[in-house]
Amino acid sequence: MSTTWATRRKTRIDDLSAGRSLTSEAFRRLRRDPVALTGATIVGVFVVIAALAPLIAPHGAAEAFPALQENLRPGSIPGPQDGFPLGGDQLGRDFYSRMLLASQQTLLVGVLATVIGLIVGIVIGTLAGAFGGWVDTVLMRVTDVLLAVPSLLLAISVAALAASPSQTTVIIAVAVVGVPIFARLLRGSMLSQRDSDHVIAATALGVKRPAVVLRHMLPNAIGPVIVQATLTLATAILDAAALSFLGLGDADPGRAEWGLMLAQAQSYLDVRPALAFYPAIAIIVVALGFTLLGESLREALDPKGSR
Amino acid sequence: MLRFVLRRLVQVVPTLLLLSLLVFAWLRSLPGGPASAFLGDRATPERIAELNRVLGLDQPIFVQYGRFLGRVLTGDFGASTITGQPVLAEIGRALPATVELSVLALVIAVALGIPLGYLAAQHRGGPVDIATVIGTLIGVAVPVFFLGYLLKAFFAVELGWFPPSGRLSIDVDATNVTGFVVLDGLLTREFDASLDALSHLVLPAVALATIPLAVIVRITRASVLDVLGSDFVRTANSKGLAPGTVRSRHVLRNALLPVSTTIGLQVGLLLAGAVLTEKVFVWGGIGTLLADAITLKDYPRLQALLLLGALVYVLVNLLVDLSYAIIDPRVRL
Repeated sequence: MSTTWATRRKTRIDDLSAGRSLTSEAFRRLRRDPVALTGATIVGVFVVIAALAPLIAPHGAAEAFPALQENLRPGSIPGPQDGFPLGGDQLGRDFYSRMLLASQQTLLVGVLATVIGLIVGIVIGTLAGAFGGWVDTVLMRVTDVLLAVPSLLLAISVAALAASPSQTTVIIAVAVVGVPIFARLLRGSMLSQRDSDHVIAATALGVKRPAVVLRHMLPNAIGPVIVQATLTLATAILDAAALSFLGLGDADPGRAEWGLMLAQAQSYLDVRPALAFYPAIAIIVVALGFTLLGESLREALDPKGSR
Repeated sequence: MLRFVLRRLVQVVPTLLLLSLLVFAWLRSLPGGPASAFLGDRATPERIAELNRVLGLDQPIFVQYGRFLGRVLTGDFGASTITGQPVLAEIGRALPATVELSVLALVIAVALGIPLGYLAAQHRGGPVDIATVIGTLIGVAVPVFFLGYLLKAFFAVELGWFPPSGRLSIDVDATNVTGFVVLDGLLTREFDASLDALSHLVLPAVALATIPLAVIVRITRASVLDVLGSDFVRTANSKGLAPGTVRSRHVLRNALLPVSTTIGLQVGLLLAGAVLTEKVFVWGGIGTLLADAITLKDYPRLQALLLLGALVYVLVNLLVDLSYAIIDPRVRL
């Protein structure tokens, strides 16, 4: 007993003397956190399925089968049978293949929307936080206005601009929602960097201003923004589903995407509820995964959090 | 206090002006311009030119914006391209339905959320806490419209406990006074109408309440945990105050400040959620107006809803700031 206590104590002292960075410290905490592990596992499995979907899926997303179409009647959609483990959908396509292939599209929509929002948000936040003054005032005023519009309303108004709904409009609409959030967050943490010692030191050493901003301020300020991006991935997928439900989703009937499938399945709820249930559960689990991961990242990166 | 209110109201003005500018620019950036968007399939070059002249779209852009602003300030948002009626009147008629729904949803969320969050914090790490936290995480991850359909399929269709859609049963004869069906029933002493309206409200309100509920529970829990660990709570406990007194006078009062901010922020979520919930339950409120405006590309209506939605959101958050002064006497406005 006493030896284990001693070794444990020793490693702890070693840890301290090693002087780990905040990031590696955060990773160490994450590895021990069951919540983080659950989130990471869900996200990992989702990404792997999405990447391998075209290889695992037995059929194409738009491929209709006579065997399934023949049994398609008003009030009846064929259930699981030989060769079609989850049965068919409302157009006689293999539901199992579509579920698998949809993971790819869902990930694509979520990631692209988040990344676009993130990039624009980072540019705005960096400009505002680095320059201050009137640049900051103007950019933050616009950001505040965007924040004053409830997020789904904002996404709707952007998506409604397009002549016809498509996957691109969904991605852009959902991306716009993220921009003000990322920009505000980054500006705040950039501002707190501006007067910190290492930035003053760099400036005093004669480092050029762009280099100070990009190499000294941005890397130290971006942590909370990345955490927010993980959480935004979950809402992005949910918002995309909501847009589909309102008829602003992808108009391509051959495309398989969970939000779209869920929205379309609402008309067949009493005929074959499974068509809605599987995409819904997939969305819930994936959104949960990103949320768990994001929340535990936030906690791990929080210097106050000794938990 | 009054000075603070006035100053905040003045601060709201530039935000709304900028928003109006954005909405104005938004309408201008429609594919082919507003005229062809309004005309839709009937658009011919002559007609577009004609409509541009009538709408004043051939004027310089500054003049156009000035006129637009003038009209908006006098409450003239134009006529809906679907019904041909003034947009503002339409919104006025639909508003009570959405307000009724949102208020009940918010009441559910607050009345359940604060006690649940408190309970979870008090039993931190226990089964109640874990169940609550998991519940809130799932609550946020479920698409609102899907939950609506689930509730409808189970409680309305399967069990028949509640009506599946609408605000009133057809056979109930209710007098319209204020447009708030529940209130009207009480005012005119037609209590059966009130009850009927309430039973229609339950399912959509529960569906709409889930996300705000989850958020309020989480914030309350975090905030109570924060306060429970503070010195003055330890002092209060150690000087022998009754647990009930510590709870209500020390913990809850201090923990409620962040919670009230969150409640204000939920109003935006409610507006967005209402669009989805109303569509599921065929509610006929603001959300339905918005959903129809989207599918039929009714831009005057969309524009009015966007501006008014943001106005309400901004004003509610102003009210929340004012509530700080009541909750926390240290906050001087």
